[in-house]
Amino acid sequence: MRRNQVAIVGAAETTKLGVIPDMSQIQLHADAALNAIADAGLKLSDIDGIATAVETPQQIAHYLGITPTWVDGTSVGGCSFMLHVRHAAAAIEAGLCKTVLITHAESGKSMIGKLPRSFQADSLQGQFEAPYGIYGPPSQFPIPVLRFMKTYGITHEQIASVAVAQREWAAKNPRAMMKDPITVEDVLNSRMIAYPFRLLQCCLVTDGGGALIMTSADRAKDFPHKPVYVLGTGESVETPMVSQMETFNSSRAFKVAGPTAFREAGISHKDVDHLMIYDAFAHLPLFGLGDLGFMPYEETGKFIADGNTRPGGKLPLNTNGGGLSYMHSGMYGMYALQESVRQMRGIAPAQVEGAKISVCHGVGGMFAASGTIIFTNEK
Amino acid sequence: MAEPARARPKITPETQHYWDGAKQGELRLQRCDSCAHAYFPPRPFCPKCGSREVSVFKASGNGTLYSYVINHRPLAAGFTEPYAIAVVELEEGPRMMSNILECPQTPEALELDMKLEVTFQKIDDNLTLPQFRPAKG
Repeated sequence: MRRNQVAIVGAAETTKLGVIPDMSQIQLHADAALNAIADAGLKLSDIDGIATAVETPQQIAHYLGITPTWVDGTSVGGCSFMLHVRHAAAAIEAGLCKTVLITHAESGKSMIGKLPRSFQADSLQGQFEAPYGIYGPPSQFPIPVLRFMKTYGITHEQIASVAVAQREWAAKNPRAMMKDPITVEDVLNSRMIAYPFRLLQCCLVTDGGGALIMTSADRAKDFPHKPVYVLGTGESVETPMVSQMETFNSSRAFKVAGPTAFREAGISHKDVDHLMIYDAFAHLPLFGLGDLGFMPYEETGKFIADGNTRPGGKLPLNTNGGGLSYMHSGMYGMYALQESVRQMRGIAPAQVEGAKISVCHGVGGMFAASGTIIFTNEK
Repeated sequence: MAEPARARPKITPETQHYWDGAKQGELRLQRCDSCAHAYFPPRPFCPKCGSREVSVFKASGNGTLYSYVINHRPLAAGFTEPYAIAVVELEEGPRMMSNILECPQTPEALELDMKLEVTFQKIDDNLTLPQFRPAKG
C-alpha cells in the first residue's frame, strides 16, 4: 500500500466508557459512530463504506440508516479494527468508496444485546481444547507464558511491571477505569486467576465502543481536525487454537503483521515516538516488543521493568493505560487505535510531546490474528 | 438441579479415527505419505505439503510438558480448581492440549520439559479422553 494516501479524519469513543447499563450493544455502536461522524463534521449520508466486527455490516448499516457501496465484516477478534483500517485504506485508494466508518462496540460488562462469541463442539477447538477445561481468555491466553519465561529468562516481577507502568499512564487519563497506583508486590499478591497470572495481569471487563472515519488524504485537509495519515499496515492470522501455535516463544501472526507494516511505512524502530501493543494480558507487550523487532526477546522484560515504557520513558507504551487499566470491552483494538489517533492529533490526556509516528499493534483471539497500523501526522 | 455438563467433543468424519483410537487405548496421529510430516489435529490431508495421501498411526504416547496454566477460576463445568491446562509436546513432533493427571497441580510439581506419558480417561461409554501424566520409571 502507498504511504499517506488515506487518513483518519474522525475518531471518537462512546460518550461513556466503563459500565453502561442503559445502552444495548448496537446502540453503543451508534453512539460511537455518531460521535465520530460529528467529530469529522460529516452527516450520516456522507458515509459510503462500513466496516465492523461481531455485528455484521448489515446490522450497522440498517441501524444507522446508511447505504454503503463497500463493506468489510472481517471479524478476527480484538484486532479486527486494525484490519478494517488496512482494508479501508486499500478500498479508498482503489476508488471503491470515499468515506468509511469503522465501528466497534461491546456490552462486555452489562451484557445487553451482546452477541455470543463461542465455538461449536464439533469445531477443532471444541473437540481438542474444550474437553480440557478451558472457559475463556484467562484460561487460554496465558498458556504460552511459562515457556516464554523459561526460554528468555523473563521473571514474574518483570511481567508484573507491565501492569504497574500502565497504571501510571492510566492515572493521567480521566476516562481510565483504574487509576490508583499499584506496585509489583500488589500485582504479585492479587488474586490468582490462572497461574502464572493474577488478577492485575488480566484485562478489565467493561462496556464501550469507538468509531473511526477514513477518507483520502487529498480530502483530509478539509476536515475540522488535523489528519492522521496511514503510513504503513500489516495483518495476518495463525490459529484459533492456542495449543497449536507454531511456538510459544513468539507469535507468528505478530511476526508477519508487524514487520509488514514497518516495511510499508519505510521506517525503523528508532523513528517510533509512540507505541500501542494490545494488552489483553500482561505478557503481550513482551511478545510485541520482540516480534515487532524493537529488541531481542531476552531484553523485553528488563526493558519494561526498568521503566522505559512508563511516563517519561524513552518508548511510551500503552499511554491510555491499556486493556489492563483503561478499558477492555472484549475487543480492545479500537481503543488502541483511538489513543494512537489522539496522540497524533496532539490531544491525548497523557500526550507524548512532539510525537510524529505512532505504531498501533493488535491481537485477535489468543494470538490467533494480528493487525498493525502505523500512523503519522506529517505528510 | 443437575450439574452443568462437562464440555465434550462432537465427533466429525475427519476425527472419528482419533476418538475411536482413544476408546481402544491408542493415541492416534497422522503422517503424510509424501513428506513424512506427522501432524495433529486430524484432517485427511497434510497441512505441510497438501498431499491427500496420509496414514493414521499409533503414537508412542511419550511427550514432554511444553507449557501450562493452573486455573483457579470455577468456570469450567466438571472440573475442580486448581487444575492445570497444559500443552504437551509429543515425541513425534505435534503438540496437543491435555490436563496432567496423577500429579499435584502445583508449579513445583509441574516442571517444564518433564517427561509425560499418555493415559486414557474414560468419561463414559461413549467418550474416552487422551490425557497425560508424569512418565513412570
